Amino acid sequence: MSAPNNSFDPVEVTPLHPDEVARMRDEALTAIAGAATLEELKEVRLAHAGDRSPLALANREIGALPPSARADAGKRVGGARREVGEALKQRQAELEEERDARVLVEEAVDVTLPTGRLPQGGRHPVTTVAERMTDIFVGMGFEVAEGPEVEAEWYNFDALNFLPDHPARTMQDTFFVESPAGGASGLVLRTHTSPVQVRALLQRDLPVYVVAPGKTFRTDELDATHTPVFHQLEGLVVDEGITMAHLRGAIDAFVENMFGSGLNTRFRPSYFPFTEPSAEVDMECFVCRGASVGNPAQPCRTCSSEGWIEIGGCGVVNPRVLTAAGVDTDRYSGWAFGLGVERTLMFARGVEDMRDMVEGDVRFTSAFGMEF
Amino acid sequence: MRVPVSWLKEYTDLPEGTTAQDLAARLIALGLEVETVDAVGADISGPIAVGRVLEIEELTGFKKPIRYCRVDVGRANGTGEPQHIVCGARNFGEGDLVVTALPGAELPGGFAISARKTYGKVSEGMICSASELELWEDHTGIIVLPAGSAEPGDDAYGLLGLREDVLDIAVTPDRGYALSVRGVAREAATAYGTAFRDPAEVEPAGTRGGGYPASVADPAVCSRYVLHGVTGFDPEAPTPLWMKRRLALTGVRSVSLAVDVTNYVMMELGQPLHAWDRAALQGPIEVRLARSGEKLETLDHVTRALDPDDILITDESGPINLAGVMGGLSTEIGLSSTDVLVEAAQFAETHIARASRRHQLSSESSRRFERGVDSAVQPAAATRAVRLLAELGGGTVDPHYTDIAGGAAAGPRPIAIAGDHPDRVAGVDYGRERVIAALEQVGCTVEQGDAQTLRVTPPTWRPDLTDPNDLAEEVVRIEGYDTIPSIPPRAPAGRGLTPSQRLRRSIGRRLAATGFAEVLSYPFMGERDLDGLQIEGDDPRRDALRLANPLSEDEPLLRTTLLPGLLKTLVRNVGRGFSDVALYEIGLVYRPRPGAPDHAPMLPVDRGPSPQEQETLARALPDQPRRVGAVLAGDREPATWQRRGSPANWADAIETAREAARSANAELIVRSAQHAPWHPGRCAALYVRVDGEERLAGHAGELHPRTVAAYGLPQRTAAVEIDLDVVEAAGEPVRAPLVSGYPVALQDVALVVEDGVSAAEVEDALRAGAGELLEDVRLFDVYTGEQLGAGRRSLAYALRFRAPDRTLAAEEIAAARDSAVAAAAERTGAVLRG
Repeated sequence: MSAPNNSFDPVEVTPLHPDEVARMRDEALTAIAGAATLEELKEVRLAHAGDRSPLALANREIGALPPSARADAGKRVGGARREVGEALKQRQAELEEERDARVLVEEAVDVTLPTGRLPQGGRHPVTTVAERMTDIFVGMGFEVAEGPEVEAEWYNFDALNFLPDHPARTMQDTFFVESPAGGASGLVLRTHTSPVQVRALLQRDLPVYVVAPGKTFRTDELDATHTPVFHQLEGLVVDEGITMAHLRGAIDAFVENMFGSGLNTRFRPSYFPFTEPSAEVDMECFVCRGASVGNPAQPCRTCSSEGWIEIGGCGVVNPRVLTAAGVDTDRYSGWAFGLGVERTLMFARGVEDMRDMVEGDVRFTSAFGMEF
Repeated sequence: MRVPVSWLKEYTDLPEGTTAQDLAARLIALGLEVETVDAVGADISGPIAVGRVLEIEELTGFKKPIRYCRVDVGRANGTGEPQHIVCGARNFGEGDLVVTALPGAELPGGFAISARKTYGKVSEGMICSASELELWEDHTGIIVLPAGSAEPGDDAYGLLGLREDVLDIAVTPDRGYALSVRGVAREAATAYGTAFRDPAEVEPAGTRGGGYPASVADPAVCSRYVLHGVTGFDPEAPTPLWMKRRLALTGVRSVSLAVDVTNYVMMELGQPLHAWDRAALQGPIEVRLARSGEKLETLDHVTRALDPDDILITDESGPINLAGVMGGLSTEIGLSSTDVLVEAAQFAETHIARASRRHQLSSESSRRFERGVDSAVQPAAATRAVRLLAELGGGTVDPHYTDIAGGAAAGPRPIAIAGDHPDRVAGVDYGRERVIAALEQVGCTVEQGDAQTLRVTPPTWRPDLTDPNDLAEEVVRIEGYDTIPSIPPRAPAGRGLTPSQRLRRSIGRRLAATGFAEVLSYPFMGERDLDGLQIEGDDPRRDALRLANPLSEDEPLLRTTLLPGLLKTLVRNVGRGFSDVALYEIGLVYRPRPGAPDHAPMLPVDRGPSPQEQETLARALPDQPRRVGAVLAGDREPATWQRRGSPANWADAIETAREAARSANAELIVRSAQHAPWHPGRCAALYVRVDGEERLAGHAGELHPRTVAAYGLPQRTAAVEIDLDVVEAAGEPVRAPLVSGYPVALQDVALVVEDGVSAAEVEDALRAGAGELLEDVRLFDVYTGEQLGAGRRSLAYALRFRAPDRTLAAEEIAAARDSAVAAAAERTGAVLRG
């Protein structure tokens, strides 16, 4: 470093000459603009903005100037260095952006590759549709009652007013359980969920508003429309002042929630020992809404072009049942229904063969996923 | 019950233009379950006419004799010239009236008639048999019409009833009266508001008393007994075609005139009848219960040992009929029976029902008696039968008949109901007048009691009407079920699903989300399943309930484990080309209760059972615990472009149990065990802690190779089965954990243990020794190798320490780790690997 030399004219110090400063600056800016990569820019930075760069060296010379000239020279060199610094920063940003863009492109993958790890599972649609049916009534304030599948004949038949030698007793083809000693045990595989009516009335305080989903059994061979093991949803209401109108209201609410609004329902007189009066319930076909009836050009597979779909049986609880369950028939009356779960699933989701619901093929079950 | 509409129309005049479909719809609305409307003969068309055989030329030289006939068909062929027809039947002669199908006609099965060359002649049509026209089954030849019954050229459609609409009605057990044309016609008259002409309204032929001698020993089993005879009957008289046709339409085979008449009257009036060859009877008839040891050979040639509960018709020779069910062979009407005795009776429903089941004989007769017949129709039915026999078989009706009426028990009993009872049942404001009108419409007699009550006596043909609600149903159905309004029920606030019901759903979702597909298999199994599962003789799972009437003789048992159904479903899926399968089932198994009674008690139904009575009944039922079972085969994680497949193994089975237990917030304790059907070295017993005590919840692991072989399963198939009720009992409500924000301290330790020391024991020891600062332990490596020496393995654990209130000091961490290792050393002999 030179010692202060007061006799020198500042303009005579070459590196601080305005032209010289401008030249160094322009050289730096040109080099910066010409740097094509971050590595090149690093070298340019060293050469033009580093400690030993011409501008840095020129800056040192300022101290050698007489005080009157320092300010002017400092301003000149400082300005040039700022300009170079700005240009470096900007070029750095540009080059980083270019690099990032390139790297991210290089890292791109085929996001359409399969991503699964576990095989696809699923809950059985009979389970999920039964839950959905149940939840409709739970939403109305009903509770869910349950009973055993191996059931005493008393609950399955006698208490439900199936008299021992009445033909109704043989109407449902029953699986009988043998006694360990051979012979009759008085136990059956329940032929319907109706024994839960009696159990609910014995176990609960009145009024009773329950539904009972569950497995039921009849000695039918498996074919496209029959299975010996199937599922029902039982409904039971016992309260004061209960009429068939409330039964109809409950059925209508179910149909609306399950199949959509605006569907008519129809009661047809029928016979069940445990209800009197009894009815079969039909609902208007939710697919064709009757348009297929007498219209061969527009056949409906869902209702076989009948316009109506049978969904279950129902009726006013026979007072004899209430008596067998210890209910005061002068004060209380009620109604009950039984809806077919498999039937509901067949209609709602277009299942055409009962065997699909029985065989446990993973393709069938997995297709239905987790919830109905 | 099959009801020809033309027959029904004899008893009521339906409005002009009423279609069978409309009739069916109205009957359905009234409660008769019309399943189908059969348009019988709808597939017959074209010219079918009566012909007279003018000349027969016998053709020879063929395999069978053939006739070439010249037949006068009137103007049915358009020309009036005789028609030439080749015919293979031989049961007719020149001058006989026959039925001819002319060219252009089409017979059932799409059989088009045309003039064609056959047996060297041109046949211009066909002479028809009853079978070819599907009139009734008859393979004895062509139809020969009675002389003088028609003219050549007459249209055969109306004459023979070729086209008939038949209602097929599934009669519910309460509506026995609908097992007759009479009963259905009465409903049709109600449906259309037309007058009903009762075919049972006939004057008796002859006087009561002095007929064939008979007595009823027990009026309780036979409340009405009528006998009426015909003498001089021609046993060879044919059944008229119209009667054959009607019987065929109702589904009854023609046998002989005498038998056909009894069946015809049964279809008409619903009253089963029996006809004997009177010459075969020996002495007076007695109706009584069977005595033990008695036997009877019935019409189906089966000799039946009789039960003291069977009602018998007897004469001096002993039993001659199993009353109401089937006749005896010895007194059967035959081809030489000229004197016929007809029986019309009312037998006790329950006795007939039991006899029918006991002897496995369900007949048209027993079906009607079981449901209850009209208690007043017996004289009319006998009268109809003997008149028809006399008229069609040329006999003489006896001037006297026997009629034993056994007291009041049989008739309808009056029912007292509140006048507004039907209104309160239906939720409709009918009013007293409409209630009375509806009840009278179905045949009840209604007397006004006091201001509120009605005294209603049902008609004799409605033994099902016994309770006020039965009458309410009659009113509602006559008024129309469609008039019931729809009012939403208003239940009190419900409590939603129970914890147990929520748990089942939660487990299902968890397992499905981890790749399992749910199956709902049949709960049946066989001895072969228990053998295949290697279950020993004294295992309680061998103690299975047995069905008296299984669908398959191979699977008569009720499952005591979920595995057979799961394994069979697994095999089915593998067979269909799915090698990586994970299945689960949630369902009940059935375990007989030790000391259960042989027979479940029968409780009364005229009152509610006491808690004690309910308890005795509950003891007769088997235990029915709810289980979760799962099976896995192939790859648990199938190979993908990212990673190699990971085969399902014993660990996945145990993890599945843990998943299920997590839903219940229960912790599983895993111990090695030996339990069929699992591989003895790869089986875990799974325990939970309930109220401080360990309870076995189930087992998991790899299946025994012999089970794999027995079911044809993929190698290394793994399975788990746990008791949901036990797991649920072990569940505890979650307490909010303390979440510390202080830094974690990680320490890894590798411990060498002898084989036979389980990882669970080591981990338990580490946890116990580490104390409260321990946040988590994770086993991250298992190593065996020469360095360690045989019979040893190294277990590497990552320990996480953290304090709730401070950053741990290095000395504290070291102390906790050392304490953990020391506990492991002490309890399991573990040595810190250097």
